[in-house]
Amino acid sequence: MTGQSGLTSRRGFMRAGLAAGVALPAIATMARAQGGPDPLITEVQDWARYLGDGVDASPYGMPIRFESDVIRRNVSWLTADTISSINFTPIHQLDGTITPAGCAFERHHSGAIELAKPDYRLMINGLVERELIFTYEDLERFPRSQGVYFCECAANSGMEWAGAQLNGSQFTHGMIHNMEYVGVPLKTLLAEAGVKLEGKWIFVEGADASSNGRSIPIEKAVDDVMVAFKANGEALRKEHGYPARLVVPGWEGNLWVKWLRRIEVTAGPVESREETSKYTDTLANGISRKWTWVMDAKSVVTAPSPQVGIKHGPGPMVITGLAWSGRGAITRVDVSTDGGKNWSAARLAQPGAPMAMTRFYLDHVWNGEEMLLQSRAVDDTGYVQPTKTALREIRGENSIYHNNAIQTWWIKKDGSAENVEVS
Amino acid sequence: MLKSRKAAALLIVLAASSAAAQTQVPQTDAEPAAVQSFGLGRPALPEEVAAWDKDVSPDGTGLPEGFGDVATGEERYLEHCAACHGDFAEGLDNWPALSGGEGTLDRADPEKTVGSYWPYLSTVWDYVHHSMPFGNAQILTADETYAITAYLLYSNALVEDDFVLSKDNFTEIEMPNAAGFVEDDRADVEYPIFTAEPCMENCKESVEITMNASVLDVTPGDDSAAPDAATEDGTAVAPVN
Repeated sequence: MTGQSGLTSRRGFMRAGLAAGVALPAIATMARAQGGPDPLITEVQDWARYLGDGVDASPYGMPIRFESDVIRRNVSWLTADTISSINFTPIHQLDGTITPAGCAFERHHSGAIELAKPDYRLMINGLVERELIFTYEDLERFPRSQGVYFCECAANSGMEWAGAQLNGSQFTHGMIHNMEYVGVPLKTLLAEAGVKLEGKWIFVEGADASSNGRSIPIEKAVDDVMVAFKANGEALRKEHGYPARLVVPGWEGNLWVKWLRRIEVTAGPVESREETSKYTDTLANGISRKWTWVMDAKSVVTAPSPQVGIKHGPGPMVITGLAWSGRGAITRVDVSTDGGKNWSAARLAQPGAPMAMTRFYLDHVWNGEEMLLQSRAVDDTGYVQPTKTALREIRGENSIYHNNAIQTWWIKKDGSAENVEVS
Repeated sequence: MLKSRKAAALLIVLAASSAAAQTQVPQTDAEPAAVQSFGLGRPALPEEVAAWDKDVSPDGTGLPEGFGDVATGEERYLEHCAACHGDFAEGLDNWPALSGGEGTLDRADPEKTVGSYWPYLSTVWDYVHHSMPFGNAQILTADETYAITAYLLYSNALVEDDFVLSKDNFTEIEMPNAAGFVEDDRADVEYPIFTAEPCMENCKESVEITMNASVLDVTPGDDSAAPDAATEDGTAVAPVN
């Protein structure tokens, strides 16, 4: 074809430019700054002339390479190793409420194990009429339920108790994900085994070495707990408990036992390591709360935030964030731009749903001055998200878990943002 | 929490004999009916239950026959545990300390160990037996677990060096912090305070910044590399381990 060589070399130049970073936008910006036409419009671009990928190029797709920074991140100094550790969901770059499974946070105690469906067994034993073994195929034959729920690590925001420490909502609030689950109600499985009258608790454990055993009162077990095998439409990811995990709406993430292998009906709590040594909350006087299962109402502004500065200068902008409550639905989120002196009700993208994430927006006109951004969630019990000062007055600074305090971002005149505390 | 009436109704349903008819639990469209039995699954064999049901409760329920003394425990401990937890259970590097920290729970930087914090000895036995050594779990016999548990008691100065721990005397051991826990009391202590219509306008006279994260500078960069001065100033908190 005529002109092919010239076009090919131009294409090579464009590729090189893109690979080098922002050559093309810079050229375009320069042209526009001089009042000239935008070459991205006036010149035919490669993607408007040549062909894109075929439908066989990626049977299971990944995000486009320009989004390669939207990833889980690890904070290496938090834990002794990366096996019994945590990573963080990039909530600062997400919108809406559903967390893509591929970047939804992980927390393991003995690593993410590989457990195939044919090797999967689920045991129900203890104070039941019939001790039973289910295969994975058995689980799929029970009537199913579906629900969208947040899973928040009890330690989410735990590094912030003693002060402002990590610069970014991913790190301060990213031990959380929100997915649409499909599975079997736990009460259906318990009915199959027949719970005896003296069965007041269940003890659940995973197939991994850590087991992550936890005790749950039977009232919660037969209310809304689910044995889930699908999340966001597909099988659970390996790191999220494939092929089956417990979903415990509104309750701390540690109870959401992954790679679930056994449900024991018991007369009393087992008081396992994960509910004595860990997931107990020490108060200032040295006494510790135990069985702090529910995650209270909480919110955070995800953008602008330290990882997402304002780059467009003064004028119209979107302030957005997430709110959630383990005790019901979010009914309102207030936003302050002046550190809590004055508040205005944000717009909820959808009405709040019980024990699920809610997206809020405040459409704002920024005057270019400093802001102290805060958000404050209210749930349908009337509970209002407290300040960190108010929580510290009751608990002190050593409870590690259950920090649902109001977060402040200091937005500076240059549009950059920092994690701060205010009076 | 749940309305107890609803829970009681469900419990009666769940406890019903296999001859019972279909349940009368009110259900939403989103909720499948909880019928009595689908006939799915198979009976668990005693050997299978024994292989997986090994948890131990504070009253000793679940403890197998067996015993172990401090000296044997020290041998096993040095063989399997000391590389991470230190010869005297004091902890190495960032690995957990299993002894020490007595009297620190109400201080600014509490040190929580088996001796200073854990309420029940049953948890020590159960967790070690099921999940330790880290990376090679479920290799310890019942007797080895009794012995290592005895050594941990000794390391925390709770027994003498000739102590023998067994199924028979297990529940006689009272841990120092057994009374150090209260059930979740947020409903009484916090919810009334935080359930009030909040201020919307002119809520404060002034606002001052009192803490800055950039001062600490422990946030990973784009390369996710470890920060240079991680916890040198003692203000960084490691909430998970």
